[in-house]
Amino acid sequence: MTLQNDGPSRRKVLECMTWAGTGVLWTVAGGVPASLGIIDEAVAQEAKGFTFLQISDSHMGFDKPANPDVKGTLEEAIARVKAVPGSPAFMIHTGDISHLSKPSEFDDADKIISQAKLDVHYVPGEHDLIDEGRGKLYRERYGRGTRGDGYYSFDANGVHFVGLVNVVDLKGGGLGNLGAEQIAWLESDLRGRSASQPVVVFAHIPLWTVYPEWGWGTDDGAQALGYLKRFGSVTVLNGHIHQVMQKVEGNVTFHTARSTAFPQPSPGTAPSPGPMKVADDKLRTLLGIADITYKQNEQRLAIIDTPLKG
Amino acid sequence: MMKPSYISRWAAAAVAMPLFVVPANAEDMTIKIDNFVFSPQTATIKAGTKVTWVNEDDIPHTVASTTQGLRSKALDTGETYSFTFTTPGTYKYFCGLHPHMTGSIVVEGTTGSNTPR
Repeated sequence: MTLQNDGPSRRKVLECMTWAGTGVLWTVAGGVPASLGIIDEAVAQEAKGFTFLQISDSHMGFDKPANPDVKGTLEEAIARVKAVPGSPAFMIHTGDISHLSKPSEFDDADKIISQAKLDVHYVPGEHDLIDEGRGKLYRERYGRGTRGDGYYSFDANGVHFVGLVNVVDLKGGGLGNLGAEQIAWLESDLRGRSASQPVVVFAHIPLWTVYPEWGWGTDDGAQALGYLKRFGSVTVLNGHIHQVMQKVEGNVTFHTARSTAFPQPSPGTAPSPGPMKVADDKLRTLLGIADITYKQNEQRLAIIDTPLKG
Repeated sequence: MMKPSYISRWAAAAVAMPLFVVPANAEDMTIKIDNFVFSPQTATIKAGTKVTWVNEDDIPHTVASTTQGLRSKALDTGETYSFTFTTPGTYKYFCGLHPHMTGSIVVEGTTGSNTPR
């Protein structure tokens, strides 16, 4: 199949990518996405390069029918993390570590996640900031060296990473929210950086509008993304919606990760975005981890989504 | 055979009727939270009514607003939150975790409370 950089054929491919399939590695060269095949093949091809991992939405403490054993499935996810070939540099957790911000829930998460023996960079989900101190417990555990409710940036292997918080001060009828203070910080954090430096931005709620009817988007996300436009390679990693979705817009690749706890329905396919109860033998095909590789001179980072069960 | 029971049911209703016109603050109101929806989404009450939100969803929700004091902690499944509305007016609220969930309470004055909306 021949693809042009612009025009309907490319657009069609991008539409398909919105619903990226299970365990397929997407790589994009020169703006044209291509599937490299099934996971094992893809892992073998991409094992070289700078790799990091993303897990999301562990929801420690959730005990409803959609998954009564969230500790068990997080353990399985961490086993998957340990099996990733090469040496992943670190892990990103895109929030909802806990279900109710209870100390015991954070304890359980830490006990299991630490078995991966990797540094973990966290951002909070809305479920992580509902203790009486409105995020005090989260900030004590994960907020060292961060600003505001837990945003920060760091560099690794020439890539600039930015962790944002879009789950605080939400307005009635609105979506996720970054707020003026954080956006001003983002602008200054990016100012002066070379446009050729790859940037990875991660936050809990999607920074792009996935489905506003269910609150799946960020009110001031477009403003934040405006400061990222001049960069040649931008990858946006989110959680919150408990399913894989991917979209490419110009130089920006948007990606959401699966949960390790329970799946949620595709936009508009259910009366509400609540936990989706599936047959027991299906559950693990809808939970999983993402593994992201950056290779020098590649415009885009390759993202592999691996379910707990194939 | 049918007729006597029909009549007695009417009689029972007539006896029960006065219970519904006792003081306004006795008419507590319950708002259910389920499937990411507050129901009823709009509730009209008399001043002095205590409103109780009950979370019947699988996911925690909150009651949040810009009204002083009208703000709950996160309500897990089965938990409740109550607020007594004393001043007439329209109060909009939302879920602080899922702000696309919204609702409103219309509080009518105690006088003229029989006027339809």
